[in-house]
Amino acid sequence: MKRGEVVVEARGLSMHFGGVRAVDQVDFSLWENELRCLIGPNGAGKSTFFKCLTGQLTPTMGDVVIRDVHVAGRESHEIAALGVGVKTQVPNVFDGLSAEENIWIAARRWHAAKRAKTLTAETIERLQLGDIRSDLVGALAHGQRQWVELGMVVAAEPWLVLLDEPAAGMTHEETARTAELIQEINQTAAMIVVEHDMQFIRMISRQVTLFHEGRILMEDTMDAISSDPRAREVYLGHRA
Amino acid sequence: MKIAQDFRGSVIVAILAALFTLIAPSILEFFTIITLTQVIGLAILALSLALVWGYGGILCFGQTAFFGLGAYAYAVAATNIGGSTGAILIAILVAAAFAAILGYFVFYGRVSDVYLAVITLTVALILYSLIRRTSGPEYKIGNALLGGFNGTGAPPINSPGDGAAMLFPEHTFYVAMAALILVYLLCGWVVKTHFGRVCIAIRENETRAELLAYDTRLYKLGIFTLGAAIAGLGGVFFCVGVSRVTPDVFSLSQSALTIIWVIVGGRGTLIGPILATFALYYLTSALGAQQWLNTNLVLGVILIGFVLLVPKGVIPSITDWADGRRERRVSRSRERRMRVRRSRATAGTEAAE
Amino acid sequence: MDLVLSLILQIIYGIANLALISLGLAIIFGMMRVINLAHGEFLMLGGYTVVVATNNGVNLWVAMLILAPLVVGVFGVIVERLLIRWLYGRMVDTLLATWGLSLLCIGLVTSIFGASTTTTISPPLGVVTIGEYTSSGYELFLIGVTVALLIAVYATLKLTKLGLLARGTMQNSDMAAALGVSTSRIYMITFGLGAAVSGLAGGLLAPITGVLPTIGSVYIAKAFITVISGGMAILAGTTTASILLGGVNGIVAFLTGPTIGEVALLLLAIILLRLMPRGITGRFFKKSL
Repeated sequence: MKRGEVVVEARGLSMHFGGVRAVDQVDFSLWENELRCLIGPNGAGKSTFFKCLTGQLTPTMGDVVIRDVHVAGRESHEIAALGVGVKTQVPNVFDGLSAEENIWIAARRWHAAKRAKTLTAETIERLQLGDIRSDLVGALAHGQRQWVELGMVVAAEPWLVLLDEPAAGMTHEETARTAELIQEINQTAAMIVVEHDMQFIRMISRQVTLFHEGRILMEDTMDAISSDPRAREVYLGHRA
Repeated sequence: MKIAQDFRGSVIVAILAALFTLIAPSILEFFTIITLTQVIGLAILALSLALVWGYGGILCFGQTAFFGLGAYAYAVAATNIGGSTGAILIAILVAAAFAAILGYFVFYGRVSDVYLAVITLTVALILYSLIRRTSGPEYKIGNALLGGFNGTGAPPINSPGDGAAMLFPEHTFYVAMAALILVYLLCGWVVKTHFGRVCIAIRENETRAELLAYDTRLYKLGIFTLGAAIAGLGGVFFCVGVSRVTPDVFSLSQSALTIIWVIVGGRGTLIGPILATFALYYLTSALGAQQWLNTNLVLGVILIGFVLLVPKGVIPSITDWADGRRERRVSRSRERRMRVRRSRATAGTEAAE
Repeated sequence: MDLVLSLILQIIYGIANLALISLGLAIIFGMMRVINLAHGEFLMLGGYTVVVATNNGVNLWVAMLILAPLVVGVFGVIVERLLIRWLYGRMVDTLLATWGLSLLCIGLVTSIFGASTTTTISPPLGVVTIGEYTSSGYELFLIGVTVALLIAVYATLKLTKLGLLARGTMQNSDMAAALGVSTSRIYMITFGLGAAVSGLAGGLLAPITGVLPTIGSVYIAKAFITVISGGMAILAGTTTASILLGGVNGIVAFLTGPTIGEVALLLLAIILLRLMPRGITGRFFKKSL
């Protein structure tokens, strides 16, 4: 699996809140075209780690390198401008605009008006959002809002995609559809996905990184992790 | 509110306004025409705030700072140059430059919107108290005395290139009205452009715009500066209409009025605040002419009443109503369901932190 | 030497003055995250209370120190119950509603007392001589009152049960609500206290400034600058911002005149905000009150 070059690398990354070490000396690598899931119990530090990658938090110590660019402490828009697509935990969409306008804003950032228009149409088709294209996003159901947000990520044609709990609050069918989408996005982009939902992770992932108390406990396939006693103890045990 | 509204609507409004302009001098009294020029200046100010606040989501409580700077810059420049064409440009530039500098500090400092409101208001108030202190003969710029609380004379507008060819009040009215219509169309066009849509998107969700690789600070600075330039132009017509500019252009009550026009007319519309300006101007003039009901009292009640009861403002409320009750009821119950679901999801994610 | 002493006294008075006119606003902002745009009118009402009371034969000290805070405090509680509490969590609407309240107060007072100054009360306590310079005894008294007021607020926050609850609410209103603290009641009391402090300040300043329905606008620019530069922490924010802004204002005003002094105040505040968008206490003294 680990082929090609490293596209995301964290070295000694730490994020402290007062006395709390939410992320503690994490070394992490993501390879080209990889799809990696970050898991861990509540408070394990995976979401904080994620926010350090996207520029929403400035790490206390350590560095993040995305394709040779040092990004720790950079603004979110600078990181996004490298070609990184981000979906946050809480749905971040433009509630007062239509689904189509949401996606157009994303596409237009990179392309001239004409290309942006076709790209928007393509994205809407790809995500099967045709029925809701002119609805206000604020009035859409939770799952649909998540997809509109995914649509914005896709429309920017990123080569690296970071998703924080993309299936949160979704029904079973919606989750399955999201898993398909993620597989599809992974055709053209390396991905990091933070998730809680074990079933969902089984649907999409090969390689999983398990966080525990701000550190990486282990990195392996989902099957290997679920059968590992340490992982059971810190994570799966909690679920039972 | 969706962006993809009909630009034709704006054009129709503009044509109607142009027709009104042509017939106005023949149906209205001379003094009404002169007063109208002032009110047009105020309407341009309202329009600038409608753009900055209603579309850009920037809570600028001190839009009058740029309006007043435009007025003073025009008066001073026109007095010195002896002609109005260059002075109008200078007024616009001064207002825009001041906003660009102030905007750099607040947007690049990532000051939150409530702070921004208070800071801009404070800037207007400080300008007010500063300019009031300039009553001595030593406070002059070129030939123009600033005149402290009495203010300074604002020369009339003349034909371009001929400083001696002063326009008649009717013609000044035509020019002012043309400016209002053009700025209205300009704003209508701007909010349809890529730049304008990004500004609206930032108003809706700044984090998302950042994550889509837009430098939101730059866009906010852009629309803020554009709004200030427009406000500066409004200041020009206002002071030409009055023939004078006094520190009151920066006053707290002028700032309050500007906010009230936009609140009453509605955020997210351009025509609403313009109409509200005309309506409230005549209301406050009528109130000023009588003794038993204080103007501030009425304005206070209007402001509180709109915030509590009609928070969207008149025009958006009418549009909503026209969109049909049934549809609204459906979407509301849908929204309510969504809110419950969303709050559950948020509660879940917060627990995850 | 006397000049230096007199100058220092002037600067200290400037600082105390800033703290005095800002404290009520800071209390409401620090505890409730509400910026009260009617703050200037609370001060104005304090001034009118003193004028009306003394005109009716009430002792000046009683009017300033007891009646002004009492009347405006009660007014604050009424305003909170009738208006503010419907808008919690809607910061922008709260700003707008308090602005409406400000206009309403100006309109009411103008309707009742007329648009011009009713009466002026001359500042008591005469003058104090420092060598060849004189200083107003009343200004010295105001410095003392400001210090006492800051200590009283500190003691209230630190020592009383109300203060403990208030600090809890300040830190995390959701948590406080979950623990069964009635945040609604705390907010009501806070707003009332903030209003009372503003009323006291307005009453104390009335002998110096006189009273006018629109006098609020004289105060609010400075009060806003001080509170926003200071940040969320009520005491540490108000004190540090007052010292910094009042100090710079005083020195620049001494060197060049009051106009430039005021410009310096504004410029310093804007630069401070560029460096510390959440105020001085957003960066330093984070844990302070």
